[in-house]
Amino acid sequence: MGLRILAVDDSRTIRDLLAATLSAAGMDVTLAEDGVEGLEMLRRMGRPDAILSDINMPRLDGFGFIHAVREIDPMRAVPILVLTTESAPELKTRAREAGATGWIVKPFDPERLVHSIRKVTG
Amino acid sequence: MSDDAMLAIRASFFEECEELMESLQDALALLERGGDGETVNVIFRAVHSIKGGAGAFGLGDLVAFAHRFETVLEALRSGRIEPTGGAVRLFFQCADLLHDHVRAAAAGAAAPEGAGAVLLALEALMPLGPPRADEPAEFTPLSLDFGAVFGDPAAPESIEVTEPPVWRIDFRPHPRLYTTGNEPLLVLRALAALGQADILCNAPPDLELSGASAETPMLSWQIELTGDVTEADIREVFDFVTDLADISIRPLDVPGNRAALAAHPPDAGSNVVPLPAAASRIEHNPAPLTTPVPLPRPEPDAAPPAPATVRVDLDRVDRMMNLVGELVINQAMLAQSVADAGLAENGAVAAGLEEFLTLTRDIQDSVMMIRAQPVKPLFQRMARVIREASAGLGKTVRLLTEGEATEIDKTVIERLSDPLTHLVRNAVDHGIEMPHQRLAAGKPAQGTITLSAAHRAGRVLIEIADDGVGIDRARVRALAVGRGLVAENAQLSDAEIDNILFAPGFSTAAGVSALSGRGVGMDVVRSAITALGGRVTVSSEPGAGTRLSLSLPLTLAVLDAMVVRVAGQTLSCPSRRSSKPWCSRPPMSAASAARPRSCMSAAICCRSSILARSWVSVRAGPQGPTGSRS
Repeated sequence: MGLRILAVDDSRTIRDLLAATLSAAGMDVTLAEDGVEGLEMLRRMGRPDAILSDINMPRLDGFGFIHAVREIDPMRAVPILVLTTESAPELKTRAREAGATGWIVKPFDPERLVHSIRKVTG
Repeated sequence: MSDDAMLAIRASFFEECEELMESLQDALALLERGGDGETVNVIFRAVHSIKGGAGAFGLGDLVAFAHRFETVLEALRSGRIEPTGGAVRLFFQCADLLHDHVRAAAAGAAAPEGAGAVLLALEALMPLGPPRADEPAEFTPLSLDFGAVFGDPAAPESIEVTEPPVWRIDFRPHPRLYTTGNEPLLVLRALAALGQADILCNAPPDLELSGASAETPMLSWQIELTGDVTEADIREVFDFVTDLADISIRPLDVPGNRAALAAHPPDAGSNVVPLPAAASRIEHNPAPLTTPVPLPRPEPDAAPPAPATVRVDLDRVDRMMNLVGELVINQAMLAQSVADAGLAENGAVAAGLEEFLTLTRDIQDSVMMIRAQPVKPLFQRMARVIREASAGLGKTVRLLTEGEATEIDKTVIERLSDPLTHLVRNAVDHGIEMPHQRLAAGKPAQGTITLSAAHRAGRVLIEIADDGVGIDRARVRALAVGRGLVAENAQLSDAEIDNILFAPGFSTAAGVSALSGRGVGMDVVRSAITALGGRVTVSSEPGAGTRLSLSLPLTLAVLDAMVVRVAGQTLSCPSRRSSKPWCSRPPMSAASAARPRSCMSAAICCRSSILARSWVSVRAGPQGPTGSRS
């Protein structure tokens, strides 16, 4: 069975790209539009193998979302990769403080994206 | 991923851009009136999302423009610049330019010119001044090649015969490594995949695995890696944890040193536990969950999720529309056949047909609703027209909109853009006075144009009203007389004078553009509206303003028609375009025209021209004229 991935991004284009790229890599992708929907999806799907999350999102941003995920006991060790166009160090620091495992800078290279996911999921 | 899939996502990206531009415009309008922190966030996110998607498709110009805009918005978001009136005007200009960039990118055209000056003005808002012109965007846009993900087999093996280098790596995780979902086991496995790895685990002498918390790091590792890899390859393995562990990497290219490493572990006080089977003892996969995970509830005041939508190719909707059109025709023909066969008196048949008619019309309405779109984006484009036209003339004009959610057929909206632009530009150009004239007339210096849309009796009414100078009827009349459009002694009502503006001979006349009312190209506007099956009327109050009303059909897709048989020929006229049939003798009302099989001397008038003039037999069913396709 392929890896189960939750991808959270408010941009439909990025969601489409993620879904297409990850499905092509044999992964099973669940999409959410913002942090609130991301949490709702987690409640329904249980523990995914990895989570990809944007930072700038309405309702609940990436920092808040990651923080909330880490508060859920079974999710404490889920790898969470931050998808962001920001490469500013303070954003990485904030993402790290919230509990991010790593990051992928958009525009992502499909090969690297898949590689990064495999890297944190084994 | 196939090229088709990629193209579909690209097309979807440009659709999303249009939606983002809409929310950007909304939020900027809100910011102009004050707004709050979330308003700025919405603005930032819209530009940010456009940049992100554009990057994925290698749209360099769009990325570069969005990036510079975004940088200033970030300063706004962090409170380093204030949303003053001047700043918001620049944001509007930049939003318009961003829209131009999006459209240019969608069309594969060159980036619009003239963006540089606005960007520089925008960047001048920043407290530290504009960034260096040569400063690169923070990432390089890159084109996606999805074929590369899986297609290629591994690169050919190296044929070098020299001894591969040996690397000595020390890896000591910090507590944070474990709380961020990182996993030393995976790092070790990734290193092992690079070559031959000998891994030693350093554990404290008093380590008790059963009581150890996974989040209290007690282990560290030394790895000796033999393989044809560079230091960068090894660093890449660690790139998510560089800030979460002490990591040292150094080459050990003397093979004899390997023994030395084993003999002299760096941590003299700790036991060295060889881990030939790597870290297989580390429990990695927790048991799969069988029960739903309890989650903290989202904020109770969080906005409800957006209504669920499905994106459908317009071609599919149009195909459905066509089929529904055929269905409507079929229903009408069936009703006619049933009536001709004398079966209409049969209660069951009549009731069944009646229900068929209702259902058909309901389906037709439902399908039309799919094609319907709100007028809001159209109105937003008018906001830009007003900004640009008023800035060029030194006037200040604000736009008020009403009924933005009113929906009209997509095609009608598309074809309405040009005439509406013309009318709005006219309102700014000829309707609204200069600020000093307005003040002298006791009006506020800022003019107001109101755009409104509403459904009225199965049609859409769009009005453009200004609080400008109004139509100078004396001049209009004088000019009309001068051009021979109106007899000198004609008795004309105010409304009749106002509507002279639409007369072709009047509006194309040279010199009228200086008229302090309306008149330029109004006949063109009327033709465009008429072509849509609409009507345009004007009303004006001198000194107080002018109001143009466009009455439009909800849709162009299915029309009712009146079928007329004339001298052995069958004619069909769209019933809402054709005027009522009329005749000279005996006088006939519209009601009598619908009476079956009445014969009269009549003319059928369609689109203002006489279509047929003859002894006409008008044939109509019990429901009125037979429905047919135009």
